[in-house]
Amino acid sequence: MADRLLEIENLRIEATAYPPGEPPREVVLVKGVSLTLERGKVLGLIGESGAGKSTIGLASMAYGRSGVRLTGGAVRLNGRDLMKEPASGLRALRGKEATYVAQSAAAAFNPAKRLMEQVVEAALAHGVASRKEAEARAVRLFGKLGLPEPETIGRRYPHQVSGGQLQRVMTAMALCPEPDLVIFDEPTTALDVTTQIEVLAAIKEAIRDTGVAALYITHDLAVVAQVADHILVLRGGEAVEYGETQQIITAPREEYTRALVSVRSIEHEEKPEGAEPVLSVRGVTARYRGTGFDVLSDVSVDLPAGQTLAVVGESGSGKSTLARVITGLLPAREGEIDFAGRRLSPALAGRSRDDLREIQMIYQMADTAMNPRQTVGTIIGRPLSFYFGLRGEARRRRVQELLDQIEMGSGFIDRYPAELSGGQKQRVCIARALAAKPRLIICDEVTSALDPLVADGVLKLLLRLQAEEGVAYLFITHDIATVRAIADRIAVMYRGRVQRYGPKSAVLSPPFDDYTDLLLASVPEMRRGWLEEALERRRMESAGN
Amino acid sequence: MRRLPPAALIGLVFTGLYFFGAIFAGLIAPYGMAEVVGDRWEPWSAAHPLGTDSIGRDLLSRMIWGGQTTIFVATAATLLSFTLGSVLGFVAAVRGGFVDQLLSRFVDLIMSIPSLIFALAVLSVTPVTVPVLILVMGLLDSTRVFRLARAVAVDVTVMDFVEAAKLRGERTGWIIFREILPNALSPLIAEMGLRFIFMVLFISTLSFLGLGVQPPLADWGGIVKENREGIVWGVPAALVPAFAIATLAISVNLVADWILNRTSSLKGGRGG
Repeated sequence: MADRLLEIENLRIEATAYPPGEPPREVVLVKGVSLTLERGKVLGLIGESGAGKSTIGLASMAYGRSGVRLTGGAVRLNGRDLMKEPASGLRALRGKEATYVAQSAAAAFNPAKRLMEQVVEAALAHGVASRKEAEARAVRLFGKLGLPEPETIGRRYPHQVSGGQLQRVMTAMALCPEPDLVIFDEPTTALDVTTQIEVLAAIKEAIRDTGVAALYITHDLAVVAQVADHILVLRGGEAVEYGETQQIITAPREEYTRALVSVRSIEHEEKPEGAEPVLSVRGVTARYRGTGFDVLSDVSVDLPAGQTLAVVGESGSGKSTLARVITGLLPAREGEIDFAGRRLSPALAGRSRDDLREIQMIYQMADTAMNPRQTVGTIIGRPLSFYFGLRGEARRRRVQELLDQIEMGSGFIDRYPAELSGGQKQRVCIARALAAKPRLIICDEVTSALDPLVADGVLKLLLRLQAEEGVAYLFITHDIATVRAIADRIAVMYRGRVQRYGPKSAVLSPPFDDYTDLLLASVPEMRRGWLEEALERRRMESAGN
Repeated sequence: MRRLPPAALIGLVFTGLYFFGAIFAGLIAPYGMAEVVGDRWEPWSAAHPLGTDSIGRDLLSRMIWGGQTTIFVATAATLLSFTLGSVLGFVAAVRGGFVDQLLSRFVDLIMSIPSLIFALAVLSVTPVTVPVLILVMGLLDSTRVFRLARAVAVDVTVMDFVEAAKLRGERTGWIIFREILPNALSPLIAEMGLRFIFMVLFISTLSFLGLGVQPPLADWGGIVKENREGIVWGVPAALVPAFAIATLAISVNLVADWILNRTSSLKGGRGG
């Protein structure tokens, strides 16, 4: 078949793992995956971390990260078997026939070189075009990708453009040598939702206009549904299901695919208003030392006891700073914070032991939130002995109780964090917070580093614990789906101010202010055509203004 | 248990041998430390396996006693520099701000003066006894340890688990010894081996220059000094302690490397 661009047959990939404290062992990353991609089509690779999606993506250029070996099967690009190709042959095709767009644009660009220099590099190295042609082509691509000032943006350095723009420049870099195949590896995952939609649209348009084929790797089914013609669902290095996009998202055949499709559909009934606030923030203004502007200005929110206040906003909106002010790590310059009927001292040093005990914190990265040299028992046990003086057998019993509560039975108490999965780590952090018997837990993006299914489990656990213990959550997130699943009240933050605040039902129903509208309209929905509708709506609104 | 790499085995054997000799010097040395038993610079013989030294003392006995002094002084000075340097380094990292500035700039000040010259200047006005030597060497070297400990601790302090401990209300002592120290231990232990070697070289240099261990007390640097004239006459007595210093330095280094490799979480590049 002449129009088959990429064929992967029974691909097997192995690597050597180095688990801490144990001898190295061999692991199989990809266990016999086959796929085909036709010219000009887009195939979405979807799966959780460890599913092997990036590994397969790179393998389609016959490349493996260090320590990774392609040990079986065949990879055919344009009819040639890449596994049999010598290194020089691979060098000639990488960056010419197949190119790659990485997840973190900021880390992928050389900060010391101008953008144009890097965008045309591959085209020049392969002799595809003269410098003049390549630069003209790059400018056309910049325009097509909706970058501002396409004529001159190439003269800037990577730090002089925003993250979303940089991601689009990288897409231009990948398209500049006019390849047959582009591998997009989570190109929008690190971006804010409001930026993601623009980049996604730009990528989709560029793919359509240039007629290039693409492998689109992501863990977000709603995103890939917007761009892909076919979807391959992967799990643990094996193919679970392959089908047309429409079929996968509307009529999945496999259990696992169904779970992925129905993820984030937790229903949460909003609790009634009128409960006494456990936390009351009044007119808080804060700035970091040595800077001349307020990161938070005049923030006022209330959190009723036993309820959840979701603080939503994009990066830089001041959500996490609000958490630091409430915990006392960053003393507020103005305003006051009342907690459980008493005024909190702005600085950590001035707070009583009960103040500290009753406000607990759960972090985004469970990895760095636990001391890698302490066992689960020590991590959860420390607050027990610190606040309640529990020792020995009594402490161990209580730790086990807490572990049961987070659905992690026996056998975990003597493990180290490195021996836990991502979801288990976050659960241990929840247990540590719970051990202090807090009235308020501040959750800072606690699910955003987790795979969707695991994140769902953690959210359900948090909701159950709230019902059992009556603890209030201040839930910081950028993800509207999470907010819908867990919040009773919502504060939308934008540039350090509370843009919109109230009960969930009120905040999430019209009339909206401009920013909330943009935020809500940018959350991908699991259906084809959503992207076009969202863009159309945006265009009409900006035309109407 | 993984197989012991040959380099580590060699290091362990030599290090063990020297430390054994140092600890049991009284039992294994054939003669007393300052006992004159023969002519000057007698050649190697059954009675004196390494010959005799510049005034007719048994060189093997001198070497064993000297090893005891050298290793004891170096060990004590290393322990002093490590305790002081790492505790201050951790405090600077955890407290930050003014405390950090004060300590760090003071350390910079001390480090701007070459250690050897500083030590010679101090020792020329103080009585040169073993405790004073340990104190001077330990204090000077603690500046290096401070730098490393602070740098490692700063990396750990920014972790969320340290913030969590602060939010819990933990004291600085807990944060240093329970949260930071276990995570900073492996680079510090490796550095300890290295610092110990520098201490051996330092005390040997001082003794060679006459401001270290004073005769008749033996130490390896001093033995080189006492016998250096012999080189001219073809007597190898000065080379024996020099050889001992070199092998001790190398073997301790091999052991330190092995420990770092075993405990380091950095895999791949460093092998083993």
